Amino acid sequence: MLAIARQRMLGQSFKKILPAVSVLRSYSSAAKQITVREALNSALDEEMSADPKVFLMGEEVGEYQGAYKITKGLLEKYGPERVLDTPITEAGFTGIGVGAAYYGLKPVVEFMTFNFSMQAIDHIINSAAKSNYMSAGQISVPIVFRGPNGAAAGVGAQHSQCYAAWYASCPGLKVLSPYNSEDARGLLKAAIRDPDPVVFLENELLYGESFPVSDEVLDSSFCLPIGKAKIEREGKDVTITAFSKMVGYALKAAEMLEKDGIYAEVINLRSIRPLDRSTINASVRKTNRLITVEEGFPQHGVGAEICASVVEESFSYLDAPVERIAGADVPMPYAANLERMAVPQVEDIVRAAKRACYRSVPLAATA
Amino acid sequence: MILGRAFEDMCAQMYYRGKMFGFVHLYNGQEAVSTGFIKLLKQQDSVVSTYRDHVHALSKGVPARAVMSELFGKTTGCCRGQGGSMHMFSREHNLLGGFAFIGEGIPVATGAAFTSKYKREVLKEADCDHVTLAFFGDGTCNNGQFFECLNMAALWKLPIVFVVENNLWAIGMSHLRATSDPQIYKKGPAFGMPGIHVDGMDVLKVREVAKDAIGRARRGEGPTLVECETYRFRGHSLADPDELRDPAEKAHYAARDPITALKKYLIENSLASEADLKAIDKKIDEVVEDAVEFADESPVPSQSQLLENVFADPKGFGIGPDGRYRCEDPKFTEGTAHV
Repeated sequence: MLAIARQRMLGQSFKKILPAVSVLRSYSSAAKQITVREALNSALDEEMSADPKVFLMGEEVGEYQGAYKITKGLLEKYGPERVLDTPITEAGFTGIGVGAAYYGLKPVVEFMTFNFSMQAIDHIINSAAKSNYMSAGQISVPIVFRGPNGAAAGVGAQHSQCYAAWYASCPGLKVLSPYNSEDARGLLKAAIRDPDPVVFLENELLYGESFPVSDEVLDSSFCLPIGKAKIEREGKDVTITAFSKMVGYALKAAEMLEKDGIYAEVINLRSIRPLDRSTINASVRKTNRLITVEEGFPQHGVGAEICASVVEESFSYLDAPVERIAGADVPMPYAANLERMAVPQVEDIVRAAKRACYRSVPLAATA
Repeated sequence: MILGRAFEDMCAQMYYRGKMFGFVHLYNGQEAVSTGFIKLLKQQDSVVSTYRDHVHALSKGVPARAVMSELFGKTTGCCRGQGGSMHMFSREHNLLGGFAFIGEGIPVATGAAFTSKYKREVLKEADCDHVTLAFFGDGTCNNGQFFECLNMAALWKLPIVFVVENNLWAIGMSHLRATSDPQIYKKGPAFGMPGIHVDGMDVLKVREVAKDAIGRARRGEGPTLVECETYRFRGHSLADPDELRDPAEKAHYAARDPITALKKYLIENSLASEADLKAIDKKIDEVVEDAVEFADESPVPSQSQLLENVFADPKGFGIGPDGRYRCEDPKFTEGTAHV
């Protein structure tokens, strides 16, 4: 009886939760729904029309309408000089993008998946990320590298790696990873306007998902700050940090945990570099327990960095060891059941949260 | 050319005295290529080079003082001491680096040429005819990025000249041991652009070819591949003992020293007298001495310079809807997005 009453109260207050850190964004329940794909497409469209120096470059971005249809309609609207179909030359066209950025244009380079960016990683790191520093501020590189990152469904080992940790370890790069449509629009617009190289990690499985967006998000001047995380759901018992698709899993896990009386605070990192250490630490100081969730390989991953940051700044606030949920430490297998085991699932997050709360058995509802 | 030679010799001296450190790659012997090409450019044209970039920087107009200070690692260097020998950048003179990885500069140069075409066609800056020169060596011509860029430059008719400084040696790997078809200029027509071979030890011949190639690019006729047969008198870098090269080969090319050749030409054709040439030598010596003194007396970078310039964006929070940096907005909440 009391449990049901508590659930109802929480259900109402959930709708009114305002994220503590970003300025004023709220989920309106009667809002328009757009898919992440539409969000990205509209962001690109608006930024290209606002600034003629922005241009797109990548494989199949033009006539094919985008390998994942993110750049649909842009060739017709802006012409082949601004939407360039490139030959299959990652190293070459990434370098060309960097050279154009040196000279003042604003390229948006699409990698069909970030796995292909490994052929161009020399240009991303050595020519783009390090240039502002090596030239002592003379040459800034306002370029965006975007594309799907992480595992999709059954695409095998060479198409499934998550590159967040690799790129985020390099100074001079900004690394962003949106979750929902609002994130996708706001962060991509911020990335295109930004004077520094930005690696924008999308997720193929999220492209087709719809999320509600407010009118403010649909406005063409909307953009989100870089380096700021968002608290998607407030809680008091355990903090769960995640980015990209894992935010959805974390939110589902939080709902399941709530039934057992554990109120999880879910943080959508949004920005992997610069990492919003203050939000994460403030949350850990409140809840005293931390679970980090990511899809990539565990060693030297994003979770490892978050754990180190929390140990450095909030050690005395921790009541339990930090739990790190990551993909399995193997190249991604192909078989569907093995793939499911190699990527974190909602149940893994729930179990880890319960371990962190020292409650492996569901708690009986007590007032 | 004399400035290049004197400067590089001074670099060697300074290195052995411990004032310069790390990797230093000297350009002695190849001056004709740098002078022949770069002296035909306007300030807005850009040059992209490799780690052997001191003389390209000097030819493009970066003051000798700035280059020497950069090599000494002082804060008055062209990159405030943060780049070093291999990473010379100058926004003012449009020297877009200085790249350590071979082949890395070629796509960047192609991108700069792309920008020139984009500015003309899309941004409608009608008089934009900037040309880009990409300098690289024989070893690079076996690298994938070289071919990728030859393809794209010819495909999109970009205003670029690919200048190969074929000095026959990639550290200790002879060009003939590394390449299936050693005639690099032939690789141009395979991609649809003219490929020209020129004697890189003769500055006047280089200049003729350069005029043609740069003119072609400026008129919008597309890229050119120029192979300059040249030679480096010193080792690959100051750390290279240079044991593999045959002394007879070295002597052969030393006899074709571009500076001596030009001096001889000037005197034979009465374009200058011995005294004039000696005066130039003396003047250059003074310039180089002055550069060394300036660099010596310049301060080392302050500690705070370590964390500066990682991003153009001062605190890494990005740009807000009003077009200004978010960290400048007093209402934006502070965080620890330290960069």
